[in-house]
Amino acid sequence: MKILVYIESTNNKIHPVSLESLVAAQKISESNGAEVHAVIFNTNLIDALSNYKLDGLITPDNEELIYYHPLLYLEAFNQINLKYKPNLFIFGHTYETRDWVPRLSAKLDIPFISDCVDIKYSDKITVNRPIYQAKLAQKLSITSEQAIISFQAGSFSADDINRGVCNSNSESFDLSSVVDTINMGERFQESSGGVDLSSAEFIVSVGRGIGKEENIPIAENLADKINAQIGSSRPVVDAGWLDHSRQIGSSGQVVSPKLYFALGISGAIQHLVGMKGSKQIIAISKDKNAPIFEIADYAVVGDLLEIIPKLTDNL
Amino acid sequence: MKICVLMKQVASEDSPLSISNNIIDKASLNLVTNEPDSYALEEALLIKEKTNGEVTICTLGPESSQQVIKDGLAKGADKAIHIICDNTETMSSLDIAKIITKKIQNENFDLIFSGLQSNDYGFAQLGIIISELLDYSNACLVMGTEINENKLKIKKELENGWFQWSELKLPASLSIQSGINQPRYATLKGIMSVKNKPVDKIDFSELGLSLNAGYTIDEISIPQKSKQTQMIEGEVDDIVSQLTDILKNKIKVS
Repeated sequence: MKILVYIESTNNKIHPVSLESLVAAQKISESNGAEVHAVIFNTNLIDALSNYKLDGLITPDNEELIYYHPLLYLEAFNQINLKYKPNLFIFGHTYETRDWVPRLSAKLDIPFISDCVDIKYSDKITVNRPIYQAKLAQKLSITSEQAIISFQAGSFSADDINRGVCNSNSESFDLSSVVDTINMGERFQESSGGVDLSSAEFIVSVGRGIGKEENIPIAENLADKINAQIGSSRPVVDAGWLDHSRQIGSSGQVVSPKLYFALGISGAIQHLVGMKGSKQIIAISKDKNAPIFEIADYAVVGDLLEIIPKLTDNL
Repeated sequence: MKICVLMKQVASEDSPLSISNNIIDKASLNLVTNEPDSYALEEALLIKEKTNGEVTICTLGPESSQQVIKDGLAKGADKAIHIICDNTETMSSLDIAKIITKKIQNENFDLIFSGLQSNDYGFAQLGIIISELLDYSNACLVMGTEINENKLKIKKELENGWFQWSELKLPASLSIQSGINQPRYATLKGIMSVKNKPVDKIDFSELGLSLNAGYTIDEISIPQKSKQTQMIEGEVDDIVSQLTDILKNKIKVS
């Protein structure tokens, strides 16, 4: 078996979930002796991988691959596939992966099982992935000769990478056939003067369960009382009830406070990824099946509009 | 501008979920339009209004999915395609994309819109796979669109608060990020107009595709808890005093 792991980079740094994916590949290799190869398109970062245990590191000669472009990446991977024929392609389940890897699935006509959280090998590869907003999980066995999978952030720990020797193979891709229908512009940040929640000791975080914008002060009063910062889930930001700079999750900030007090947050995976490292989690929700309760230390099934004002007065 | 919006019927966020023999009991689900798809539809309707365009809803699913079509037509879509299929949950995203592509490939849509991901299986792939099958340009997590003549500018959301404007040649397939707009409600006039709007219904088996997911579903389960959770129960005052104790004495907030 041959496994190929893609190492993504942004702003000249390796994406942490790529290293976690490498751990997954090495884990499979330990149980079935699979060859593990990695691909990195940003050649500035080759040295950072040089002491990981790999059967090969594929690096391109082509400078245009340093910056992400879906169609160039697709063609480069098409050529990698022709030469290496990996049985399993592994990606981190990042925004970039979502943008082009489904195209790769179509181009190679092989399945792409996205957003996995675990992988095992006995006589075949099986993966686990959350479904129904993480209220359920499914276990799938791969039956095709080749497949693509992607891992959610935090599925493995990058600390578990096996170190060893790695030879890099420089490849020259012929990208002249790519018809350029996509012109990628400059990247920019919007509210740069935003709030840094990553160093907050306590966070009171607001979800859609707060009901309406007029109820936001209920959360703010509690936050004031316990010297906490206000955070939020995506729907609250989308509705315009709180500023984008308050958003926690895969498209917002990643936090690990001493206390994460979740008010009316159901706990979609995209949110949990941003706060599951919190030391203590208190969650209030009316929905007893809310996934946030799965990771909470203290769970209250109840009406936050009744409980929180009284709690604030009582503190 | 001809726009196709891919929409799906899914279980609502608070729907009961029960499993037996690794199958989800579909009869007990509360079914609604997949929320991210509402943003895709709204964006299509906004472009339709600016460009004098036409919006077609396309859904793949059982008979019950006609509710998604009715709601979308009531909001202002012009027509719909309903590919009837009862067992989409065992199909790969690639298989589903092949079915839809086979049906829509001769429609010459300028734009195909899809929601960010479905709230049931959540593969987040469909619109992007179709872009490859139809040789369209593509982008995902789109947070803004600008169309001038045949030029399409889109604002993409990247990770950690970064964004990027890009230019795409048409035709293009975009997956729309939730929150890009405020989806409208149907008007009474819109609801009345539904019965006069055409719905092209076809059973997926008539498309003559041989499909193979490339994987099998071995198990569906309720995830195991990784943490000990203390349930705080009782009357409101009871809950308040327990929470006060935890905050003051265990977490030691100031």
